[in-house]
Amino acid sequence: MKKLINYTPTPVNRTLLGLLPFVLLLLLYMASSEARLAINPSDKLLPSLGQMGDAMYRLAFEPSRRKGELVFWQDTLSSLGRLGAGVGIAALFGLTIGLLTGALPLLYSFLAPLLTVVSLIPPLAILPILFIIIGLGESSKITLIAIGVAPFIARDIQRRTQEIPSEQLVKAQTLGASTLQILVRVLLPQVMPKLIDAVRLSLGAGWLFLIAAEAISSTDGLGYRIFLVRRYMSMDVILPYVAWITLLAFLIDYLLAALNKRLYPWEGKA
Amino acid sequence: MTEPFIQALNVGKTYGQDRILERVNATVHQGEFITLVGASGCGKSTFLKMILGIEQPSSGELLLNGAPMPNEPGPDRGIVFQQYSVFPHMTVLENVVAAKGFQKASLSGYLFGKEKRQARQEASEILHQVGLGHALTRYPHELSGGMKQRLAIAQAVIGKPKILLLDEPFGALDPGIRADMHALILDVWRQHKLTIFMVTHDLKEGFYLGTRLWVFDKLRHDPHAPNAYGASITYDLPVGATADDLYREIDEQIRPTPIFNHHSELTETP
Repeated sequence: MKKLINYTPTPVNRTLLGLLPFVLLLLLYMASSEARLAINPSDKLLPSLGQMGDAMYRLAFEPSRRKGELVFWQDTLSSLGRLGAGVGIAALFGLTIGLLTGALPLLYSFLAPLLTVVSLIPPLAILPILFIIIGLGESSKITLIAIGVAPFIARDIQRRTQEIPSEQLVKAQTLGASTLQILVRVLLPQVMPKLIDAVRLSLGAGWLFLIAAEAISSTDGLGYRIFLVRRYMSMDVILPYVAWITLLAFLIDYLLAALNKRLYPWEGKA
Repeated sequence: MTEPFIQALNVGKTYGQDRILERVNATVHQGEFITLVGASGCGKSTFLKMILGIEQPSSGELLLNGAPMPNEPGPDRGIVFQQYSVFPHMTVLENVVAAKGFQKASLSGYLFGKEKRQARQEASEILHQVGLGHALTRYPHELSGGMKQRLAIAQAVIGKPKILLLDEPFGALDPGIRADMHALILDVWRQHKLTIFMVTHDLKEGFYLGTRLWVFDKLRHDPHAPNAYGASITYDLPVGATADDLYREIDEQIRPTPIFNHHSELTETP
């Protein structure tokens, strides 16, 4: 009898084992839903898969009566646009600030304390300020996401830049490189994969800020829809929307990881 | 003999309370191949770093062509470290082409058109010379330790430095590979008419390579305050004319005696 710590599953078993909790949860849900619906057919709390399918079909394929758009796709497009813009701006800002403060000790002394303090401000607490200053439109939502994740990305890139062995900086100088050349040729390419990793890690927070902003002030978007239909207790819409957001988050993460591997084959190897 | 190339006049180095080097006096002419040996923490690497320009003497003067040694690394002094000498995000060929690019006073150090073709041609020639002709498209993590050092040497040499600094370049290599590297470095030294300073732990290496051997050790020793006195050059020998008993004496001297130098072994001075 081996010790428990020495048991490792075969690849097939590992996949099956990983799928098992999903299947169990789904079965549990279906059983509970059926039990509730058997007692009260108009129960809204645990809709059946069929009911959810019907609701989603309406939202995804039937033009809405008010504006004639396909609500589900419109929501998805708006939300992804906001998330992309917010995280994109944050990545660009974080890369610039992180790289420069990580590489140049003078700039580090100048900006690192400020960056530390700024990163401690809870972004949601300044959402009202954004609404007051920028208004309730798209830009305040994008700004919230950008402000929310930029300090994290900047600090991460800063640390990654500092981790690059100083031997490389010295070597580049002995080959005649200027400060700018070192930044562009030696440091920037090496932090790019770290930037993608930082973006992957910050997407969770990005979704949080997106949904919060949409819940408070919006006319479309995945977060807006969830909070809108909550008034009617439309679990048949909320649950598929949550599942869809989760799937999107998973796909984005997966694509970024694949992109990293493809673009930077040398990454993570000594 | 011609004008002195490098001169050390009473050079000393202290870090806070710790005196690393004191009263180092030496004159070096162009074309010499000097190996620096000594026990761990004896300041031989510190001396190398002063020539490199990343450390400055605390007292005395270090002169290059009669002028103070520059206080930052520059293209006239190439370096090969024990590790981290090459850029992990560039292929073998790109590593050397980048070195050519750094010599140009452009913003990014990228080369285009005819210049790029020329640089690639030149880089590929020198890589064939050091025995990496078959590995031009590989990344450093796909190379063995010896191949990485070959690349680092090629990279340093293409910059056409006058001085080549080697900081225990073969310390991490197998003995068999070391012999090949010795042949390579002698070849490079003769062909490019370099002045070489090489720090090594291996006394045999010091006697086999080069034209001159420096032994770093403390002239005065206070057992109650091991860092009160710094090391200096205790032997300055022309290579090839050393009697066996002197060889043994130096060998004993640079091998740390287990009891007294146990501490200094653990805390290698930077």
